[in-house]
Amino acid sequence: MAVFLRRSSSRAAVTIGVLLLTTSFFIPGASSDNRDAARGGSNGTRGGPGQVLQVEKEQRNSSVHQETHTNSSADHKKPFPVLSFNYDHVRTPFEISLWILLALLMKLGFHIIPRVSHVVPESCLLIVVGLLVGGIIKAIGEKAPVLGYELFFFYLLPPIILDAGYFLPTRHFMDNIGTILVFAVVGTLWNAFFVGGMMYGVCQIEGAQLATVDLLSCLLFGSIVSAVDPVAVLAVFEEIHINELLHILVFGESLLNDAVTVVLYHLFEEFSHAGTVTVVDAFLGVVCFFVVSLGGILFGAIYGLLGAFTSRFTSHTRVIEPLFVFLYSYMAYLSAEVFHLSGIMSLIACGVVMRPYVEANISHKSYTTIKYFLKMWSSVSETLIFIFLGVSTVAGPHAWNWTFVVFTVLVCLVSRVLGVIGLTFLINKFRIVKLTKKDQFIVAYGGLRGAIAFSLGFLVTDSQMKNMFLTAIITVIFFTVFVQGMTIRPLVELLAVKKKKESKRSINEEIHTQFLDHLLTGIEDICGHYGHHHWKDKMNRFNKTYVKRWLIAGERSTEPQLISFYNKLEMKQAIMQVESGSSAKLPTPESSVSMQNVQPKEPVRQRAIPSISKSREQEIRKMLRANLQKTRQRLRSYSRHDLLIEPFEDHVSEARLRKQRAEMGRRVSVHSSHLVFTEHQAESGNSPCRTEHQVFTYDTECPNIQTSRPPDTVRLLTESHQRTNQSAELQELSAKETDIEDQQKVSRCFSDPGPKSDQDRDGSSTS
Amino acid sequence: MGALQSLPAQPEYIDLAQKTGFSFEQIAILHKRFKQLSRDEETLRRENFSQIPDLACNPIRTQIIEAFFDKRNYHQNDVGMVEEIGFKEFLVVMSHFRPPSHRMTEEQRENVRTEKLRFLFNMHDTDNDGTITLEEYRHVVEELLSRSGALGKETAKGIADAAMLEVASISVGHMEPDEFYEGITFEHFLKLLKGFEIESRMNIRFLNMDTSTLFFLFSFSSI
Repeated sequence: MAVFLRRSSSRAAVTIGVLLLTTSFFIPGASSDNRDAARGGSNGTRGGPGQVLQVEKEQRNSSVHQETHTNSSADHKKPFPVLSFNYDHVRTPFEISLWILLALLMKLGFHIIPRVSHVVPESCLLIVVGLLVGGIIKAIGEKAPVLGYELFFFYLLPPIILDAGYFLPTRHFMDNIGTILVFAVVGTLWNAFFVGGMMYGVCQIEGAQLATVDLLSCLLFGSIVSAVDPVAVLAVFEEIHINELLHILVFGESLLNDAVTVVLYHLFEEFSHAGTVTVVDAFLGVVCFFVVSLGGILFGAIYGLLGAFTSRFTSHTRVIEPLFVFLYSYMAYLSAEVFHLSGIMSLIACGVVMRPYVEANISHKSYTTIKYFLKMWSSVSETLIFIFLGVSTVAGPHAWNWTFVVFTVLVCLVSRVLGVIGLTFLINKFRIVKLTKKDQFIVAYGGLRGAIAFSLGFLVTDSQMKNMFLTAIITVIFFTVFVQGMTIRPLVELLAVKKKKESKRSINEEIHTQFLDHLLTGIEDICGHYGHHHWKDKMNRFNKTYVKRWLIAGERSTEPQLISFYNKLEMKQAIMQVESGSSAKLPTPESSVSMQNVQPKEPVRQRAIPSISKSREQEIRKMLRANLQKTRQRLRSYSRHDLLIEPFEDHVSEARLRKQRAEMGRRVSVHSSHLVFTEHQAESGNSPCRTEHQVFTYDTECPNIQTSRPPDTVRLLTESHQRTNQSAELQELSAKETDIEDQQKVSRCFSDPGPKSDQDRDGSSTS
Repeated sequence: MGALQSLPAQPEYIDLAQKTGFSFEQIAILHKRFKQLSRDEETLRRENFSQIPDLACNPIRTQIIEAFFDKRNYHQNDVGMVEEIGFKEFLVVMSHFRPPSHRMTEEQRENVRTEKLRFLFNMHDTDNDGTITLEEYRHVVEELLSRSGALGKETAKGIADAAMLEVASISVGHMEPDEFYEGITFEHFLKLLKGFEIESRMNIRFLNMDTSTLFFLFSFSSI
């Protein structure tokens, strides 16, 4: 019954969205050129007839208005208009909001219907929705908005790229940078020339009516259609949870090939006007490539450093911290675009450079805000891009040429496969961990084309070939996104490709990562050659001594990474226990190891604890052991649109808590003391903290560990106890049995003595 | 032996190559480096290592140097420390950092993993008793943080304690209050670092060509 309701509600949502949109087009009855003009769209030729119509309508409207006005002033005073209808002056923001709302309702709908979203990736569904909406708009007779250059490159693309760049796994990226660069640069060049050349050959075939297409146009076409698209790759790959190496290879390639695409595109655009190519031009093209890519990175780095430096001083104005991050990055992107440098690389460089320093400076809430906003914007952008892609497909003029289109698709596939195989052969000679055949297949298969190719295609000026090119580009995009996107998941399963390792981030792994870094650097030094680790170590040291001092406020600049990791981990555990309070499964005393098992035995020092009987002590110990539950029970797989990069940030609903409490209540009757405590801890959710601290009271040799904790943690814990206060109150209402109360009293009593922070905590929980 | 002054006789190299898996060119280069470090003597001592300038900034240099003089790393089932090592021992220790070859069976890969983890374990377990006790682990963390100065000691203890707790929880699970977790045995260590993928991480590139002439080229070949 609930499923039926949900499904019908999602359908309702979808239909509401579509209806709203179409009525908004229908009622005002004006063309949508208004909006395009507001956005500065570049579809000049298309806007022509529409604009004329628009002007006429305006004239008519104004004349009608004038008439009524003159009429009314001649006759009598018009009564005060209580309710009037003036759609035009809210038209633009209204329609923009409506589009975004439609996109989000679609997204909502897809996630409520689980069956479909498992088989078909979201990008395909959104394109289909776009096709439908485009069809409806065309049927009505309106002009649909078009995915033009400015809309796409200035408003829709930057959030996605910033999101990707800010959260780029730098370690993996840098470890594989050589491979990624080879794929991005050499691979894209190969693709562009191969596709261009082959298509020129195809155009020479008699009977295809393609003789007008010359070599340079074909090369231009090749350069547009050959670039792997980051949006499409992200959209598809994030659902299949593939291992990090492959993910970063394909994704990194899609990001870095932007420089190549920009240079090639401008190069061929210029040449196709000039008509001939000389050696000097080719040489200048190569120089241009270096300028574009390195210049873009330089711009990004400069803005990133500026942003990091600014964040050093924001300790008194925490509220605007996220804005600095967003604006500096956007400025980096736009500044690079001014000089025709690679905006994407600039944005990535800005995010990567800024991140470690900004994160050390800003507050936790600002960090959360940045993360949420980036995910939100990138999610909306991606959805809109795919919907517009569908709409533009229906709207645009098409010139379908069977030969051209079919051969384009084939040649693209072939060139991708050949390129990957050839390059991997070369790369494997230099890699320590070689790429297997499976890896190569996934890299080749994951080369999806997307909206960037489409938007670039729009810029082609020659209208006759433009339509044909656009049709071919759309076909390639559809083919890669639909066919490859849908089949990649079963193929990954079939080939048993390694999936993403669930991140544990245990402290042992962190210790050993650092240890290994130093060890390998040392061995390299002994061997005497300056390898990867040597340079990485040098950079880290440079970073620590000079850069961090300038860009990170206060003492955090000297904090070594292990300590900051440890502090973060502690805080995460504390927050997790407070916020979640329950986990996927009911807490069971799986690991009952406490510190006393680990610490070497030492003579017991005199403690100010009232003497307790042996049996009581045993009970207490049992209860405490039961509390020490595994803190990382829930494993999350990586999904870009879930805000669950850290496992603790899950929002637990009230209903779930109540349900768990009810279940706990059932178990209470079976086991009295043991499970009472687990119930208490499950709902107050602070037991590991409590246990950790209490455990330390048994530890005779380091009670001072609490003083060495950073003040943040203590404050956080008292904060957390206020919240657990409330949940403790709620829970006490539901607790029926009296011996539960007894046990709680007992536990409170016995946790009273000890260091000061224990008393604070227990004092607050005695509600 | 005077023969080591010039290009050594092939049979020596063949034996070493079989034992360690290096190629002849790699052995020749490492031999050259060995002679450079030992000032043309036949054995290396600890002082020779201390003279490497870059190694001085490394927080765990003592452990690294000790690893070379640790008999457990010579694959001869021997224990104890030595005062000086010859080229063969140098090479055997270096062979722990060779990457697993492209075509290896699952079992061979497992062996490589165990061998590398054994090396790490030996580095931590300084008193050769087969377990890493809390004290030894604390020492490891302290060394790692030794360059941070004042913050070091107390936080190191806290971190090491938390890490030890985690190992115990993972390996043993359920313990009575009066039981005592002696230390990390090798099996626990294996279990702990199971997801660490050490066979692909604990490698350095051993060159097939001479460093001194092609230094520039290879500093960029860290793909």
